[in-house]
Amino acid sequence: MTVADPVASPPDAPTDDAEAAAAESAPSPVLVHGCATSDSGGQLVVHPTREQYLDLLRHLLDDGYVQCLDVFGVDYLLHPGRTLPDGIAPERFEVVLLLINHSARTRLRVRVQVPVADPTLPSLFTLWPGTEAPERETYDMFGVEFTGHPDLTRILMPEDWVGHPLRKDFDVGAIPVQFSEGHTAPPKRPA
Amino acid sequence: MTATGSSDRVILSETPFLTSEGEQEMRPRSELGPDELLREVGSVLRMSEAEVAALAQRVVEPSEDQTMIINMGPQHPSTHGVLRLMLELQGETVLRCKPIVGYLHTGMEKTGEQLTYLQGPTNVTRMDYASPLSNELVFSMATEKLLGIDGDIPERAVWIRMLMVEINRMASHLLFLATNGMDIGAVSMMIYGWREREIVLRFLQKVTGLRMNHNYIRPGGVAADMPPGWRDDVLELIDIITPRLVEYDTLMTDQPIWRERLQGVGVLTAQEALALGATGPILRSTGVAWDLRRDMPYLRYDEIEFDVLVGSYGDCFDRYAIRLNEVRESMRIVRQILDRMPKGDYRIQDKKVTPPPRGRINESMEALIHHFKIFTEGFKVPEGEAYVGIEGPRGEIGCYIVSDGSARPYRMHIRPPSFVNLQTLPHMMRGGLIADGVAVISSVDPILGEVDR
Amino acid sequence: MGLRDLPDEGLSGLDHNIITGRLEDLVQWARSRSVWPATFGLACCAIEMMGAGGAHYDIARFGMEVFRASPRQADIMIVAGRVSQKMAPVLRQIYDQMAEPKWVISMGVCASTGGMFNNYAIVQGVDQIVPVDVYAPGCPPTPETLIHAITTLRKLIDTGDILRRREDTGAGADVHVEAIPQTQPITLSVGR
Repeated sequence: MTVADPVASPPDAPTDDAEAAAAESAPSPVLVHGCATSDSGGQLVVHPTREQYLDLLRHLLDDGYVQCLDVFGVDYLLHPGRTLPDGIAPERFEVVLLLINHSARTRLRVRVQVPVADPTLPSLFTLWPGTEAPERETYDMFGVEFTGHPDLTRILMPEDWVGHPLRKDFDVGAIPVQFSEGHTAPPKRPA
Repeated sequence: MTATGSSDRVILSETPFLTSEGEQEMRPRSELGPDELLREVGSVLRMSEAEVAALAQRVVEPSEDQTMIINMGPQHPSTHGVLRLMLELQGETVLRCKPIVGYLHTGMEKTGEQLTYLQGPTNVTRMDYASPLSNELVFSMATEKLLGIDGDIPERAVWIRMLMVEINRMASHLLFLATNGMDIGAVSMMIYGWREREIVLRFLQKVTGLRMNHNYIRPGGVAADMPPGWRDDVLELIDIITPRLVEYDTLMTDQPIWRERLQGVGVLTAQEALALGATGPILRSTGVAWDLRRDMPYLRYDEIEFDVLVGSYGDCFDRYAIRLNEVRESMRIVRQILDRMPKGDYRIQDKKVTPPPRGRINESMEALIHHFKIFTEGFKVPEGEAYVGIEGPRGEIGCYIVSDGSARPYRMHIRPPSFVNLQTLPHMMRGGLIADGVAVISSVDPILGEVDR
Repeated sequence: MGLRDLPDEGLSGLDHNIITGRLEDLVQWARSRSVWPATFGLACCAIEMMGAGGAHYDIARFGMEVFRASPRQADIMIVAGRVSQKMAPVLRQIYDQMAEPKWVISMGVCASTGGMFNNYAIVQGVDQIVPVDVYAPGCPPTPETLIHAITTLRKLIDTGDILRRREDTGAGADVHVEAIPQTQPITLSVGR
């Protein structure tokens, strides 16, 4: 028995079990409100473009995704060659949302690409007020600005901190520790 | 104390006032824009923008100016860690509240990228330090999902995980009962809660080797099998705690003072809780019957009978009662696990993931090489991303891992229940007294380690 | 029979109900047996510190069960947990507010050296911010380790080692203690 969550078919088209199982993260032909999707271990992941983002989420809220559990970012600077559905151009930052539908008992993940040259995204505060703190954290850790957020300030770092710690070009800040054999820092990743 | 020359003021220290957090602090009401008002007052009730703008336009009455912005924390006697609250008070009434967090930010997600998947649980376990095994479980499950072995974990390992996580839930709720009691004023509850918790911690020490931050649940199973005599220990645990819970009911639940202090305090509606992303006992206290163990089962919770406790008023008393009775439900689950614990391996026998038993290292070269590789380089996890969410004592705790095919996570993010639940705090505290504010903070049961990570 | 003999011979050696001793000894005896901690529990170590205050381990036998919330009333600061960059000035401010004599126990590896978190966010050892008297290792240290640290501190207070060191190094919050020389008469007036 797997611990994968049960997947409900999106309202547009039913997915075939074998097709979903065969495509680990390859693009699925299913579109959710016009946005490309992919499958990740049995869970549906929607990839809107930045223009489609807000409308998609309004539709999803109406579809019954009552809770937005979390908003966080990923910096793909050192892993640019990830798999994405056709038509989605990879950018440096990705903002990931976790949504949950209580009545259908399904989860949904939304991944939207955010370029580093213009790291803005509309805020979801008016749809789900519970995204206020997670969006602040994403801003603090990555520098992604959420337009329309009522209070976009740093939340975890001190107010005058410079830099966004979870970016890949922000050093972990370890002080050198001397052991007799060597030190425990992992080898540096190739850029 | 160095006293300044002739003036009466005494400067306490030479250092300038470094503890201001600037923009993160609460601004006085006269400086509020409609955005912030929308956030504080309107959003959850779905006030329209026009209504909020009208709210912002109104003239601040002179009597309204007699409010005080007071700072509570980050070091304060409530034992909930380094939470700082800025309260705007009119007399004793709390008008607005803004939590400021980050005083325990440890960079755990960044550290997680430097550690291998086997070292990952040591990092993640220190986030929610009141129920460390839940963090380890969710990290291990996400790793296993990426490895593709989540269906191959041996039965015994799965049932051991369930047993340990439920016992950890009991320990966490006992901690809540202790600190909640002390905050409300039943100071002896602190001693009683800790007395019970000690028994649970001793059992956990017997099984995992540590009282806290165990690093026991690892990708592939658990670190060691249950020690001999564990069944008797668990039964003894349950036999001791069951009558003590009845004592707590007498001491607190049925007591008029307790009820007066908690009933009707910190009321949250279901609509507010859902909109704010609250999960766990806070959501269930408002009447929404959502428990991931029952509704999106993981491990073997679908083969176990237990009840999901739901409150009706969404006040602090409901949250207290839910957690008290969740201890009972956990004991019920533990009894069922005792009856049904299967025999078998306590971890998957996949050589690439699980280190070999220590004895084998002396006998087989291959075992030695595997041990060396797993502990120094770490096992490689295929590329991909996965999210797993489970029901921790505070709500839905989740782990999202992005792997780039190497031995270390590319991105490891924990969805912390307390971080999101803290957003309900201002809504619960508005309009109440400061003393009720302490009760409310305590009933939200935040653990700042996972709020700040 | 003096105060110094009391721990060895007990009260049975007394032939009358008077104990003589040096004032310094008496003061140190009192100080070491009634050390009130300031609540400074930060993270996981705070849970073990509270466990040490509970019934099983009971630091009330050392006179320490009253955790004073106000630093002005506290003698000892047990820094229990990891100190982040944002918390460091708060830590210093609390330490400064404590009145002399004060001591610091650094509980846990995160407080002692930064622990397993060797990164941008954690101060690598609170001794970069406040002078530490006793370090208690562990992650988290069991209550027994904490009690060992407390008894170590007690021995140091008993012998007066700590206060003498403070005079030499001037550690602490820029506190300057001036001894009034004996030649200056001090007049006491009672009443008006």
